[in-house]
Amino acid sequence: MNEHGVTLLLGTVTTIKVLVCSMILYVIISMIFGLMRLSKNLAIQGIATVYIEFFRGTSLLVQLFWAYYVLPFFGISLEAFTAGVVALGLNFGAYGAEIVRAGILAVPKGQWEAAHALNFNPAKRIKRIIIPQIFPIILPPAANLTVELLKATALVALVTVVDLTFEAKQINSITWLSAQCFGTALLIYYIIARFALVPFLRWLEVLAARKVGKERI
Amino acid sequence: MEMGWRWDFTIEILPQMAIATLNTILAAGVGYAIALVVGLFFLLGQRTPFRIINWINREIVEFIRSTPLLIQLFFVYFVLPQFGITLSAWICGMITIGLHFGTYLSEVYRGALEGVSKTQWEACRALNFSTLYTYRRIVLPQAFPIAIPGMGNYLVGIFKDTPLLSTIGVAELFHAATAVGGYNYRYLEPYTLVGIIFLTLSIPAAMWVRKLENDVNKAQGKIKK
Repeated sequence: MNEHGVTLLLGTVTTIKVLVCSMILYVIISMIFGLMRLSKNLAIQGIATVYIEFFRGTSLLVQLFWAYYVLPFFGISLEAFTAGVVALGLNFGAYGAEIVRAGILAVPKGQWEAAHALNFNPAKRIKRIIIPQIFPIILPPAANLTVELLKATALVALVTVVDLTFEAKQINSITWLSAQCFGTALLIYYIIARFALVPFLRWLEVLAARKVGKERI
Repeated sequence: MEMGWRWDFTIEILPQMAIATLNTILAAGVGYAIALVVGLFFLLGQRTPFRIINWINREIVEFIRSTPLLIQLFFVYFVLPQFGITLSAWICGMITIGLHFGTYLSEVYRGALEGVSKTQWEACRALNFSTLYTYRRIVLPQAFPIAIPGMGNYLVGIFKDTPLLSTIGVAELFHAATAVGGYNYRYLEPYTLVGIIFLTLSIPAAMWVRKLENDVNKAQGKIKK
């Protein structure tokens, strides 16, 4: 089991890489599409709505397989890792965009009016007044979503990314020590979620609350 | 290999996909039914007056909620036979989905129960109603509408997670698409069809849930007035 320990560890590193990359991607996408969803321009709003409904309406696994096995039909061959990160980022970006939208709507109207009264232009209004205030609102639901993302990274193993799940499955097929290898994998995911990801996200929440001068939640 | 979309192939595989869609719906339905019941048990564990049971219950729920469904599926499917319990892929899948989403549903139930105002309990106390009667006639009828949107969301969620069942060999929609694709060396049409079928089923379902949510909000607004 010792040699397999190293393999599992390497798999864990890949899982964390997938998690970090897709996290960055999904945060960027959520911001862009969350704002687009609130645009007064019907075309922009329509694009965002179609995107969000499409990615929320189909299953992540289907999107992943589509990105990896179907895109080559159109001449776009992505590496497994890239396909995985892109599919995860696009899927979770759709959910995240809804959170961002709700967060922006939750900023009190008075803030918009005050920014308007101070003659801030629209870009500055969003950037300096609204966006900094949405973080304390959106971070708690975004934290839940990010834990879901960690769990979803396991799916990239199915498009041949050599992550923790892939390694666990591989070791299982060599040793048939199913309880041990899947049990260890479950524990590793649990430890990442409970002792690394969640504390990090809580820390962000506290930071965001402090930034806008709110008491610790 | 021919590039581009082929309609003849699409029509050829359509009946197979339609049958597999029924399996997907069946899997989602059965998994959901189990999850609804499992959720009740986790809720009970949460609300018993014994601290230790509360704690164990919370840790189990936390663990199931923060680990991937995919590995849980593998775990149940590969580990149970080691203890001499050999179950079919279908049953393993249903058990795992039931357990996994049961933890989420228990949270929905909890939120709904806490959504019923404390004064309702106090009033029942004052009227000398028994706990059981209070639950049955006063609390649950008020909690149920609050729980409906959350429950609906997880039905859609389970539906979208059923493709995972294909990894342990349950013959649902995604499994059929992979089989057809592998047999013909064409993945474009099968996987795209799966996407379209999922869209046509889950968007109306999601809209229906949203409508329920609105109805519930409206009804609650009326109560407050």
